[in-house]
Amino acid sequence: MTLTSLPRADAATPDLLKSASAPQSRVSIDAATGAGAKARAAFGDVAETLQLWRLVWKLSFLDIRLRYRGSLLGPFWLTLSTGVMIGALGFLYAGLFHTDIHTYLPYLSLSLILWNFLSALTAEGCTCFTISEAMIRASRMPLTLHAARVVIRNFLVFAHNIVVVVVVFAVMRKIPGAQSYLIIPAFALWFVDGFAICLLIGAFCARFRDVPPIVASVMQIAFFVTPILWSPAILEHRGIGTLLIKWNPFYSLLEIIRAPLLGTPLHLATWAFALGYSAVLVALAGVMFALARPRLAYWV
Amino acid sequence: MSSITVTNMSILFPIYHSEARSLKKIVFAAASGRIKENRQHRIVVEALREITLSLNSGDRLGFIGHNGAGKTTFLRALAGIYEPVQGSIVIDGKVTALLDPGQGMNMELTGRENIRLRGLFDKLSPQQIEQLEEDVAEFAELGQFLDLPVRTYSSGMVVRLGFGLATAIKPEILLMDEWLLAGDASFMAKARNRLENMVRGADVLVLSSHSAQIIMQWCNRVIWMDRGRIKMDGQPDEVLSAYLPPEQFEEAKAALKFALRDAPMPEAALNP
Repeated sequence: MTLTSLPRADAATPDLLKSASAPQSRVSIDAATGAGAKARAAFGDVAETLQLWRLVWKLSFLDIRLRYRGSLLGPFWLTLSTGVMIGALGFLYAGLFHTDIHTYLPYLSLSLILWNFLSALTAEGCTCFTISEAMIRASRMPLTLHAARVVIRNFLVFAHNIVVVVVVFAVMRKIPGAQSYLIIPAFALWFVDGFAICLLIGAFCARFRDVPPIVASVMQIAFFVTPILWSPAILEHRGIGTLLIKWNPFYSLLEIIRAPLLGTPLHLATWAFALGYSAVLVALAGVMFALARPRLAYWV
Repeated sequence: MSSITVTNMSILFPIYHSEARSLKKIVFAAASGRIKENRQHRIVVEALREITLSLNSGDRLGFIGHNGAGKTTFLRALAGIYEPVQGSIVIDGKVTALLDPGQGMNMELTGRENIRLRGLFDKLSPQQIEQLEEDVAEFAELGQFLDLPVRTYSSGMVVRLGFGLATAIKPEILLMDEWLLAGDASFMAKARNRLENMVRGADVLVLSSHSAQIIMQWCNRVIWMDRGRIKMDGQPDEVLSAYLPPEQFEEAKAALKFALRDAPMPEAALNP
Protein backbone atom coordinates (compact mmCIF):
# COMPACT_ATOMS: atom_id res chain seq x y z
CA MET A 1 0.00 0.00 0.00
CA THR A 2 1.42 3.36 -0.92
CA LEU A 3 1.02 6.57 0.93
CA THR A 4 -0.79 8.45 -1.78
CA SER A 5 -3.62 5.96 -1.93
CA LEU A 6 -4.57 6.59 1.69
CA PRO A 7 -7.71 8.59 2.31
CA ARG A 8 -7.09 12.04 3.73
CA ALA A 9 -7.66 12.14 7.44
CA ASP A 10 -9.79 15.31 7.42
CA ALA A 11 -13.08 13.67 8.21
CA ALA A 12 -11.73 11.30 10.81
CA THR A 13 -10.26 14.01 13.00
CA PRO A 14 -12.73 16.77 13.70
CA ASP A 15 -10.56 17.92 16.61
CA LEU A 16 -7.84 19.11 14.30
CA LEU A 17 -8.25 22.66 13.17
CA LYS A 18 -7.92 23.73 9.63
CA SER A 19 -6.05 26.93 9.08
CA ALA A 20 -8.47 29.68 8.20
CA SER A 21 -6.20 31.48 5.79
CA ALA A 22 -6.57 31.37 2.05
CA PRO A 23 -6.86 27.82 0.78
CA GLN A 24 -4.17 28.28 -1.80
CA SER A 25 -1.28 30.45 -0.80
CA ARG A 26 1.58 30.79 -3.21
CA VAL A 27 5.00 32.15 -2.33
CA SER A 28 7.47 32.69 -5.12
CA ILE A 29 11.00 33.71 -4.22
CA ASP A 30 13.42 34.48 -6.99
CA ALA A 31 16.93 35.66 -6.19
CA ALA A 32 17.55 37.19 -9.61
CA THR A 33 14.95 39.96 -9.49
CA GLY A 34 15.20 43.65 -10.17
CA ALA A 35 14.22 46.70 -8.18
CA GLY A 36 10.56 46.46 -9.20
CA ALA A 37 10.12 42.97 -7.80
CA LYS A 38 12.00 43.93 -4.63
CA ALA A 39 9.66 46.87 -4.10
CA ARG A 40 6.60 44.69 -4.75
CA ALA A 41 7.85 42.15 -2.19
CA ALA A 42 8.32 44.94 0.34
CA PHE A 43 4.78 46.24 -0.26
CA GLY A 44 3.46 42.70 -0.03
CA ASP A 45 5.16 42.42 3.33
CA VAL A 46 3.37 45.54 4.59
CA ALA A 47 0.05 44.24 3.25
CA GLU A 48 0.50 40.96 5.11
CA THR A 49 1.23 42.86 8.31
CA LEU A 50 -2.00 44.80 7.87
CA GLN A 51 -3.87 41.52 7.55
CA LEU A 52 -2.29 40.37 10.80
CA TRP A 53 -3.26 43.52 12.69
CA ARG A 54 -4.90 41.52 15.46
CA LEU A 55 -1.61 39.71 16.10
CA VAL A 56 0.35 42.99 16.09
CA TRP A 57 -2.05 44.50 18.58
CA LYS A 58 -1.92 41.47 20.88
CA LEU A 59 1.89 41.30 20.76
CA SER A 60 2.20 44.99 21.62
CA PHE A 61 -0.34 44.69 24.38
CA LEU A 62 1.43 41.67 25.87
CA ASP A 63 4.77 43.50 25.67
CA ILE A 64 3.39 46.20 27.94
CA ARG A 65 1.81 43.71 30.26
CA LEU A 66 5.00 41.69 30.42
CA ARG A 67 7.06 44.71 31.33
CA TYR A 68 4.89 45.34 34.36
CA ARG A 69 3.92 41.80 35.31
CA GLY A 70 3.91 41.47 39.07
CA SER A 71 3.96 45.20 39.76
CA LEU A 72 1.24 46.91 41.75
CA LEU A 73 0.56 49.96 39.59
CA GLY A 74 1.31 48.17 36.33
CA PRO A 75 1.71 50.41 33.32
CA PHE A 76 0.73 53.40 35.41
CA TRP A 77 4.26 53.41 36.74
CA LEU A 78 4.99 55.00 33.38
CA THR A 79 2.50 57.74 34.09
CA LEU A 80 3.73 58.26 37.62
CA SER A 81 7.43 58.47 36.74
CA THR A 82 6.71 60.85 33.86
CA GLY A 83 4.56 62.95 36.18
CA VAL A 84 7.26 63.18 38.83
CA MET A 85 9.89 64.10 36.28
CA ILE A 86 7.78 66.80 34.68
CA GLY A 87 6.86 68.23 38.07
CA ALA A 88 10.47 68.41 39.21
CA LEU A 89 11.90 69.72 35.93
CA GLY A 90 9.02 72.16 35.45
CA PHE A 91 9.62 74.08 38.66
CA LEU A 92 13.40 73.96 38.27
CA TYR A 93 13.53 75.25 34.71
CA ALA A 94 10.74 77.76 35.17
CA GLY A 95 12.99 79.27 37.84
CA LEU A 96 16.12 79.06 35.71
CA PHE A 97 14.55 80.59 32.61
CA HIS A 98 12.52 83.12 34.64
CA THR A 99 9.35 82.07 32.87
CA ASP A 100 5.81 81.87 34.12
CA ILE A 101 5.07 78.38 35.41
CA HIS A 102 1.51 78.59 34.06
CA THR A 103 2.73 78.75 30.48
CA TYR A 104 5.93 76.76 30.93
CA LEU A 105 4.60 73.63 32.63
CA PRO A 106 1.97 72.74 29.96
CA TYR A 107 4.59 73.36 27.28
CA LEU A 108 7.15 71.19 29.05
CA SER A 109 4.78 68.33 29.85
CA LEU A 110 3.60 68.08 26.26
CA SER A 111 7.11 68.36 24.83
CA LEU A 112 8.57 65.79 27.19
CA ILE A 113 6.02 63.04 26.66
CA LEU A 114 6.30 63.50 22.89
CA TRP A 115 10.06 63.33 23.12
CA ASN A 116 9.95 60.30 25.42
CA PHE A 117 7.87 58.61 22.75
CA LEU A 118 10.39 59.48 20.05
CA SER A 119 13.46 58.44 21.99
CA ALA A 120 11.93 55.15 23.16
CA LEU A 121 10.76 54.46 19.62
CA THR A 122 14.21 54.97 18.14
CA ALA A 123 15.89 52.94 20.87
CA GLU A 124 13.49 50.02 20.49
CA GLY A 125 13.34 50.46 16.72
CA CYS A 126 17.05 49.65 16.58
CA THR A 127 16.40 46.20 17.98
CA CYS A 128 13.01 45.56 16.38
CA PHE A 129 14.36 42.79 14.14
CA THR A 130 17.25 41.47 16.19
CA ILE A 131 15.09 40.98 19.27
CA SER A 132 12.55 38.93 17.29
CA GLU A 133 15.19 36.54 16.02
CA ALA A 134 13.40 33.47 17.35
CA MET A 135 10.17 34.40 15.58
CA ILE A 136 11.89 35.33 12.34
CA ARG A 137 13.70 32.01 12.18
CA ALA A 138 10.72 29.89 13.23
CA SER A 139 8.40 30.50 10.30
CA ARG A 140 7.88 32.78 7.35
CA MET A 141 6.05 35.90 8.46
CA PRO A 142 5.94 39.51 7.30
CA LEU A 143 8.98 41.31 8.69
CA THR A 144 7.27 44.70 8.90
CA LEU A 145 5.18 43.12 11.64
CA HIS A 146 8.09 43.52 14.05
CA ALA A 147 8.39 47.23 13.26
CA ALA A 148 4.63 47.76 13.59
CA ARG A 149 4.75 46.03 16.96
CA VAL A 150 7.31 48.53 18.27
CA VAL A 151 5.25 51.48 17.02
CA ILE A 152 1.97 50.24 18.52
CA ARG A 153 3.67 49.37 21.79
CA ASN A 154 5.07 52.88 22.10
CA PHE A 155 1.75 54.45 21.23
CA LEU A 156 0.27 52.44 24.10
CA VAL A 157 2.95 53.80 26.45
CA PHE A 158 2.23 57.27 25.11
CA ALA A 159 -1.47 56.83 25.83
CA HIS A 160 -0.64 56.20 29.48
CA ASN A 161 1.42 59.37 29.64
CA ILE A 162 -1.34 61.56 28.23
CA VAL A 163 -2.86 61.48 31.72
CA VAL A 164 0.05 63.63 32.94
CA VAL A 165 -0.63 66.30 30.32
CA VAL A 166 -4.33 66.31 31.14
CA VAL A 167 -3.57 66.78 34.83
CA VAL A 168 -1.03 69.56 34.14
CA PHE A 169 -3.48 71.38 31.84
CA ALA A 170 -6.20 71.08 34.47
CA VAL A 171 -4.04 72.27 37.37
CA MET A 172 -2.61 75.17 35.35
CA ARG A 173 -6.08 76.12 34.08
CA LYS A 174 -4.87 75.79 30.51
CA ILE A 175 -7.53 75.16 27.88
CA PRO A 176 -6.45 73.49 24.65
CA GLY A 177 -6.52 75.77 21.62
CA ALA A 178 -9.42 75.99 19.20
CA GLN A 179 -7.44 74.25 16.51
CA SER A 180 -6.83 71.14 18.58
CA TYR A 181 -8.44 68.96 15.93
CA LEU A 182 -5.23 69.46 13.92
CA ILE A 183 -3.48 66.93 16.13
CA ILE A 184 -5.41 64.13 14.40
CA PRO A 185 -3.56 64.39 11.07
CA ALA A 186 -0.41 65.15 13.07
CA PHE A 187 -0.62 61.87 14.96
CA ALA A 188 -1.33 60.02 11.73
CA LEU A 189 1.89 61.47 10.37
CA TRP A 190 3.73 60.44 13.54
CA PHE A 191 2.46 56.92 13.11
CA VAL A 192 3.74 56.67 9.55
CA ASP A 193 7.05 58.26 10.53
CA GLY A 194 7.45 55.96 13.53
CA PHE A 195 6.92 52.94 11.32
CA ALA A 196 9.45 54.26 8.79
CA ILE A 197 12.01 54.99 11.52
CA CYS A 198 11.73 51.45 12.88
CA LEU A 199 12.12 49.89 9.44
CA LEU A 200 15.06 52.11 8.56
CA ILE A 201 17.14 51.84 11.70
CA GLY A 202 15.92 48.32 12.51
CA ALA A 203 17.26 46.96 9.22
CA PHE A 204 20.43 49.01 9.53
CA CYS A 205 21.09 47.88 13.10
CA ALA A 206 20.48 44.23 12.20
CA ARG A 207 23.34 44.47 9.73
CA PHE A 208 25.66 46.80 11.66
CA ARG A 209 25.60 46.09 15.36
CA ASP A 210 27.45 49.29 16.26
CA VAL A 211 24.60 51.51 15.21
CA PRO A 212 22.32 51.47 18.32
CA PRO A 213 24.79 53.39 20.53
CA ILE A 214 25.26 55.92 17.71
CA VAL A 215 21.51 56.38 17.41
CA ALA A 216 21.26 56.81 21.17
CA SER A 217 23.89 59.54 21.27
CA VAL A 218 22.39 61.34 18.28
CA MET A 219 19.02 61.37 20.03
CA GLN A 220 20.69 62.66 23.21
CA ILE A 221 22.17 65.61 21.33
CA ALA A 222 18.91 66.20 19.47
CA PHE A 223 17.14 66.43 22.83
CA PHE A 224 19.25 69.39 23.88
CA VAL A 225 19.34 71.29 20.60
CA THR A 226 15.61 70.93 19.96
CA PRO A 227 13.17 73.25 21.75
CA ILE A 228 11.86 70.82 24.35
CA LEU A 229 13.13 72.06 27.69
CA TRP A 230 13.47 75.59 26.36
CA SER A 231 11.00 77.66 24.42
CA PRO A 232 11.85 78.66 20.84
CA ALA A 233 11.02 82.25 21.82
CA ILE A 234 14.41 82.45 23.55
CA LEU A 235 16.30 82.13 20.26
CA GLU A 236 13.87 83.98 18.04
CA HIS A 237 16.12 86.88 17.07
CA ARG A 238 19.44 85.13 16.95
CA GLY A 239 21.09 83.56 13.92
CA ILE A 240 21.45 80.16 15.51
CA GLY A 241 17.72 80.07 16.11
CA THR A 242 16.93 79.59 12.42
CA LEU A 243 19.23 76.61 12.29
CA LEU A 244 17.94 74.91 15.43
CA ILE A 245 14.30 75.65 14.78
CA LYS A 246 13.60 76.03 11.12
CA TRP A 247 15.83 73.26 9.80
CA ASN A 248 15.33 70.90 12.70
CA PRO A 249 13.06 68.01 11.61
CA PHE A 250 12.20 67.25 15.23
CA TYR A 251 11.00 70.81 15.78
CA SER A 252 8.46 70.78 12.96
CA LEU A 253 7.20 67.35 13.99
CA LEU A 254 6.79 68.43 17.62
CA GLU A 255 5.23 71.74 16.68
CA ILE A 256 2.40 70.30 14.58
CA ILE A 257 1.10 68.65 17.75
CA ARG A 258 2.22 71.20 20.32
CA ALA A 259 1.03 74.42 18.74
CA PRO A 260 -2.67 73.51 18.28
CA LEU A 261 -2.92 72.23 21.87
CA LEU A 262 -1.09 75.16 23.44
CA GLY A 263 -2.96 77.65 21.30
CA THR A 264 0.21 79.16 19.83
CA PRO A 265 0.26 80.11 16.13
CA LEU A 266 1.01 77.24 13.78
CA HIS A 267 2.43 78.27 10.42
CA LEU A 268 1.62 76.43 7.26
CA ALA A 269 5.37 76.25 6.63
CA THR A 270 5.81 74.09 9.74
CA TRP A 271 3.41 71.51 8.34
CA ALA A 272 5.15 71.74 4.97
CA PHE A 273 8.51 71.07 6.61
CA ALA A 274 7.07 68.18 8.62
CA LEU A 275 5.60 66.62 5.49
CA GLY A 276 8.80 67.19 3.56
CA TYR A 277 11.01 65.55 6.17
CA SER A 278 8.53 62.67 6.49
CA ALA A 279 8.54 62.09 2.73
CA VAL A 280 12.32 61.84 2.77
CA LEU A 281 12.24 59.50 5.77
CA VAL A 282 9.58 57.24 4.23
CA ALA A 283 11.46 57.07 0.94
CA LEU A 284 14.72 56.16 2.69
CA ALA A 285 13.01 53.56 4.84
CA GLY A 286 11.27 52.06 1.81
CA VAL A 287 14.50 51.69 -0.15
CA MET A 288 16.37 50.34 2.87
CA PHE A 289 13.69 47.80 3.70
CA ALA A 290 13.21 46.65 0.12
CA LEU A 291 16.93 45.96 -0.13
CA ALA A 292 17.34 44.44 3.32
CA ARG A 293 14.16 42.32 3.47
CA PRO A 294 15.51 39.17 1.76
CA ARG A 295 18.67 39.27 3.88
CA LEU A 296 17.19 40.06 7.29
CA ALA A 297 16.72 36.42 8.26
CA TYR A 298 20.46 35.93 7.78
CA TRP A 299 21.42 39.04 9.69
CA VAL A 300 19.46 38.63 12.89
CA MET B 1 -2.67 20.31 -4.61
CA SER B 2 0.49 21.58 -3.01
CA SER B 3 3.96 21.63 -4.43
CA ILE B 4 7.41 23.08 -3.96
CA THR B 5 9.71 23.79 -6.87
CA VAL B 6 13.32 24.66 -6.24
CA THR B 7 15.45 25.71 -9.18
CA ASN B 8 19.20 26.04 -9.04
CA MET B 9 19.06 27.42 -5.51
CA SER B 10 22.15 28.47 -3.57
CA ILE B 11 22.24 29.79 -0.04
CA LEU B 12 25.28 31.54 1.34
CA PHE B 13 25.66 32.63 4.92
CA PRO B 14 27.57 35.84 5.29
CA ILE B 15 29.70 35.93 8.42
CA TYR B 16 29.91 39.48 9.69
CA HIS B 17 30.31 39.24 13.37
CA SER B 18 33.53 37.36 13.79
CA GLU B 19 37.08 38.26 13.09
CA ALA B 20 37.55 37.08 9.55
CA ARG B 21 41.15 36.03 9.67
CA SER B 22 41.12 33.89 12.76
CA LEU B 23 37.88 32.31 11.63
CA LYS B 24 39.47 31.54 8.31
CA LYS B 25 42.31 29.75 10.03
CA ILE B 26 40.09 27.63 12.19
CA VAL B 27 37.48 26.59 9.71
CA PHE B 28 39.31 26.38 6.42
CA ALA B 29 41.02 23.11 7.08
CA ALA B 30 37.90 21.31 8.19
CA ALA B 31 35.37 22.84 5.87
CA SER B 32 36.36 21.22 2.62
CA GLY B 33 36.21 24.38 0.59
CA ARG B 34 32.70 25.47 1.50
CA ILE B 35 33.94 28.71 2.98
CA LYS B 36 34.75 31.32 0.43
CA GLU B 37 35.06 35.02 0.00
CA ASN B 38 32.35 36.77 -1.94
CA ARG B 39 32.77 39.75 -4.24
CA GLN B 40 33.23 42.18 -1.39
CA HIS B 41 35.82 39.91 0.26
CA ARG B 42 33.43 38.92 2.99
CA ILE B 43 33.58 35.46 4.43
CA VAL B 44 30.58 33.36 3.45
CA VAL B 45 29.60 29.79 4.17
CA GLU B 46 28.01 27.97 1.28
CA ALA B 47 25.20 26.20 3.07
CA LEU B 48 23.40 24.98 -0.06
CA ARG B 49 24.81 24.83 -3.56
CA GLU B 50 22.84 24.81 -6.80
CA ILE B 51 19.98 22.67 -5.61
CA THR B 52 17.17 21.70 -7.97
CA LEU B 53 14.24 19.82 -6.54
CA SER B 54 10.56 19.37 -7.17
CA LEU B 55 8.05 18.12 -4.61
CA ASN B 56 4.44 17.29 -5.36
CA SER B 57 1.37 16.10 -3.51
CA GLY B 58 1.96 12.72 -1.95
CA ASP B 59 5.69 13.15 -1.58
CA ARG B 60 7.07 12.19 1.82
CA LEU B 61 10.65 13.27 1.60
CA GLY B 62 13.34 12.47 4.15
CA PHE B 63 16.67 14.29 4.45
CA ILE B 64 19.65 12.37 5.69
CA GLY B 65 23.25 13.45 5.97
CA HIS B 66 25.90 14.29 8.49
CA ASN B 67 25.70 17.24 10.86
CA GLY B 68 26.22 20.44 8.94
CA ALA B 69 25.29 18.91 5.60
CA GLY B 70 22.65 21.63 5.15
CA LYS B 71 19.51 19.76 6.19
CA THR B 72 18.08 22.37 8.53
CA THR B 73 19.04 25.22 6.22
CA PHE B 74 17.23 23.39 3.43
CA LEU B 75 14.11 23.11 5.59
CA ARG B 76 14.29 26.82 6.41
CA ALA B 77 14.65 27.63 2.72
CA LEU B 78 11.67 25.43 1.85
CA ALA B 79 9.69 27.28 4.52
CA GLY B 80 10.57 30.58 2.83
CA ILE B 81 12.51 31.86 5.84
CA TYR B 82 15.92 32.00 4.18
CA GLU B 83 15.60 33.55 0.76
CA PRO B 84 18.16 32.21 -1.72
CA VAL B 85 20.97 34.36 -3.13
CA GLN B 86 20.79 32.50 -6.40
CA GLY B 87 18.05 30.55 -8.13
CA SER B 88 14.40 30.48 -7.17
CA ILE B 89 11.89 28.66 -5.05
CA VAL B 90 8.12 28.50 -5.53
CA ILE B 91 5.99 27.28 -2.64
CA ASP B 92 2.37 26.40 -3.41
CA GLY B 93 0.37 25.74 -0.28
CA LYS B 94 0.21 26.64 3.37
CA VAL B 95 3.47 25.71 5.07
CA THR B 96 3.96 24.68 8.67
CA ALA B 97 7.58 24.51 9.72
CA LEU B 98 8.42 22.66 12.92
CA LEU B 99 12.08 23.40 13.23
CA ASP B 100 12.73 23.57 16.95
CA PRO B 101 10.70 22.94 20.11
CA GLY B 102 10.57 26.66 20.97
CA GLN B 103 8.99 27.51 17.59
CA GLY B 104 9.35 31.20 18.16
CA MET B 105 7.37 31.02 21.38
CA ASN B 106 7.98 33.85 23.82
CA MET B 107 9.42 32.24 26.93
CA GLU B 108 8.26 35.10 29.16
CA LEU B 109 4.63 34.70 28.17
CA THR B 110 2.36 32.00 29.56
CA GLY B 111 1.50 28.88 27.64
CA ARG B 112 -2.03 30.14 27.07
CA GLU B 113 -0.81 33.47 25.68
CA ASN B 114 1.53 31.67 23.31
CA ILE B 115 -1.33 29.50 22.08
CA ARG B 116 -3.47 32.57 21.43
CA LEU B 117 -0.66 34.28 19.55
CA ARG B 118 -0.29 31.26 17.32
CA GLY B 119 -4.01 31.32 16.65
CA LEU B 120 -3.83 34.98 15.66
CA PHE B 121 -0.85 34.28 13.42
CA ASP B 122 -2.90 31.65 11.62
CA LYS B 123 -5.78 34.14 11.32
CA LEU B 124 -8.19 31.98 13.30
CA SER B 125 -11.48 33.39 14.54
CA PRO B 126 -11.93 33.93 18.30
CA GLN B 127 -14.03 30.74 18.50
CA GLN B 128 -11.36 28.77 16.70
CA ILE B 129 -8.70 30.17 19.00
CA GLU B 130 -10.71 29.01 21.99
CA GLN B 131 -10.97 25.59 20.39
CA LEU B 132 -7.22 25.60 19.74
CA GLU B 133 -6.57 26.54 23.35
CA GLU B 134 -8.70 23.68 24.67
CA ASP B 135 -7.22 21.21 22.25
CA VAL B 136 -3.62 22.07 23.09
CA ALA B 137 -4.24 22.32 26.82
CA GLU B 138 -5.83 18.88 26.85
CA PHE B 139 -3.02 17.30 24.90
CA ALA B 140 -0.09 18.97 26.66
CA GLU B 141 -1.47 18.22 30.16
CA LEU B 142 0.04 21.37 31.56
CA GLY B 143 -2.72 21.90 34.11
CA GLN B 144 -2.01 24.98 36.20
CA PHE B 145 1.22 25.57 34.31
CA LEU B 146 -0.79 26.80 31.34
CA ASP B 147 -1.06 30.17 33.06
CA LEU B 148 2.60 30.37 34.07
CA PRO B 149 5.42 31.72 31.90
CA VAL B 150 6.89 29.15 29.53
CA ARG B 151 10.37 29.70 30.98
CA THR B 152 9.20 28.00 34.20
CA TYR B 153 8.37 24.81 32.29
CA SER B 154 10.52 21.71 32.27
CA SER B 155 12.01 20.90 28.88
CA GLY B 156 9.53 18.05 28.55
CA MET B 157 6.64 20.44 29.08
CA VAL B 158 7.99 22.81 26.43
CA VAL B 159 8.17 19.94 23.96
CA ARG B 160 4.61 18.87 24.83
CA LEU B 161 3.30 22.40 24.39
CA GLY B 162 5.25 22.93 21.17
CA PHE B 163 4.14 19.59 19.84
CA GLY B 164 0.52 20.15 20.79
CA LEU B 165 0.51 23.55 19.10
CA ALA B 166 2.30 22.30 16.02
CA THR B 167 -0.05 19.40 15.52
CA ALA B 168 -3.29 21.24 16.23
CA ILE B 169 -3.44 23.05 12.92
CA LYS B 170 -3.33 20.89 9.86
CA PRO B 171 -0.87 22.07 7.22
CA GLU B 172 -0.73 21.44 3.49
CA ILE B 173 3.04 21.32 3.48
CA LEU B 174 4.70 20.06 6.62
CA LEU B 175 8.40 20.59 7.30
CA MET B 176 9.72 18.79 10.35
CA ASP B 177 13.07 18.64 12.01
CA GLU B 178 13.99 15.64 14.06
CA TRP B 179 13.04 16.93 17.52
CA LEU B 180 9.38 16.26 16.94
CA LEU B 181 10.00 12.53 16.77
CA ALA B 182 12.54 12.40 19.54
CA GLY B 183 10.33 12.42 22.64
CA ASP B 184 10.53 9.77 25.33
CA ALA B 185 8.64 6.50 24.91
CA SER B 186 5.53 7.35 26.92
CA PHE B 187 5.21 10.70 25.19
CA MET B 188 5.64 9.15 21.77
CA ALA B 189 2.93 6.62 22.45
CA LYS B 190 0.54 9.48 23.10
CA ALA B 191 1.87 11.72 20.38
CA ARG B 192 1.88 9.06 17.73
CA ASN B 193 -1.78 9.16 16.81
CA ARG B 194 -1.83 12.92 16.64
CA LEU B 195 1.28 13.08 14.56
CA GLU B 196 0.07 10.39 12.17
CA ASN B 197 -3.15 12.27 11.60
CA MET B 198 -1.27 15.41 10.80
CA VAL B 199 1.26 13.75 8.53
CA ARG B 200 -1.46 11.89 6.69
CA GLY B 201 -3.44 15.09 6.28
CA ALA B 202 -0.49 16.96 4.80
CA ASP B 203 -0.04 17.01 1.04
CA VAL B 204 3.72 17.19 1.23
CA LEU B 205 5.96 16.12 4.08
CA VAL B 206 9.64 16.94 4.39
CA LEU B 207 11.41 15.41 7.33
CA SER B 208 14.99 15.66 8.49
CA SER B 209 16.29 12.87 10.68
CA HIS B 210 19.34 10.92 11.70
CA SER B 211 17.27 7.84 12.41
CA ALA B 212 17.07 5.40 9.52
CA GLN B 213 14.12 3.70 11.14
CA ILE B 214 12.09 6.90 11.28
CA ILE B 215 12.93 7.67 7.67
CA MET B 216 11.88 4.18 6.55
CA GLN B 217 8.69 4.46 8.52
CA TRP B 218 7.53 7.84 7.28
CA CYS B 219 9.09 8.54 3.91
CA ASN B 220 8.68 7.33 0.34
CA ARG B 221 11.61 9.34 -1.00
CA VAL B 222 14.99 10.11 0.53
CA ILE B 223 17.62 12.72 -0.26
CA TRP B 224 21.16 12.34 1.00
CA MET B 225 22.65 15.76 1.65
CA ASP B 226 26.40 16.16 1.65
CA ARG B 227 28.29 19.45 2.04
CA GLY B 228 25.37 21.49 0.78
CA ARG B 229 24.64 19.37 -2.27
CA ILE B 230 22.25 16.58 -3.09
CA LYS B 231 24.43 13.49 -3.15
CA MET B 232 21.67 11.00 -3.83
CA ASP B 233 17.92 11.10 -4.40
CA GLY B 234 15.72 8.01 -4.59
CA GLN B 235 13.73 5.29 -2.85
CA PRO B 236 14.37 4.98 0.91
CA ASP B 237 15.86 1.50 0.70
CA GLU B 238 18.14 2.44 -2.14
CA VAL B 239 19.51 5.64 -0.58
CA LEU B 240 19.74 4.31 2.96
CA SER B 241 21.65 1.22 1.88
CA ALA B 242 24.17 3.47 0.19
CA TYR B 243 24.34 5.88 3.12
CA LEU B 244 24.53 3.45 6.02
CA PRO B 245 27.11 0.76 6.66
CA PRO B 246 25.49 -2.63 5.73
CA GLU B 247 25.08 -3.90 9.28
CA GLN B 248 23.37 -0.67 10.42
CA PHE B 249 21.04 -0.80 7.45
CA GLU B 250 20.01 -4.37 8.30
CA GLU B 251 19.61 -3.38 11.93
CA ALA B 252 17.30 -0.49 11.02
CA LYS B 253 15.22 -2.73 8.77
CA ALA B 254 14.90 -5.32 11.50
CA ALA B 255 13.97 -2.69 14.05
CA LEU B 256 11.31 -1.31 11.71
CA LYS B 257 9.82 -4.77 11.15
CA PHE B 258 9.74 -5.29 14.89
CA ALA B 259 8.05 -1.95 15.47
CA LEU B 260 5.50 -2.61 12.75
CA ARG B 261 4.64 -6.01 14.18
CA ASP B 262 3.89 -4.33 17.50
CA ALA B 263 1.86 -1.49 16.11
CA PRO B 264 1.17 -1.76 12.41
CA MET B 265 1.52 1.59 10.73
CA PRO B 266 -0.43 1.73 7.51
CA GLU B 267 1.56 4.56 6.05
CA ALA B 268 4.89 2.82 6.35
CA ALA B 269 6.78 3.38 3.19
CA LEU B 270 7.15 -0.28 2.43
CA ASN B 271 6.25 -0.30 -1.17
CA PRO B 272 3.85 -2.99 -2.34
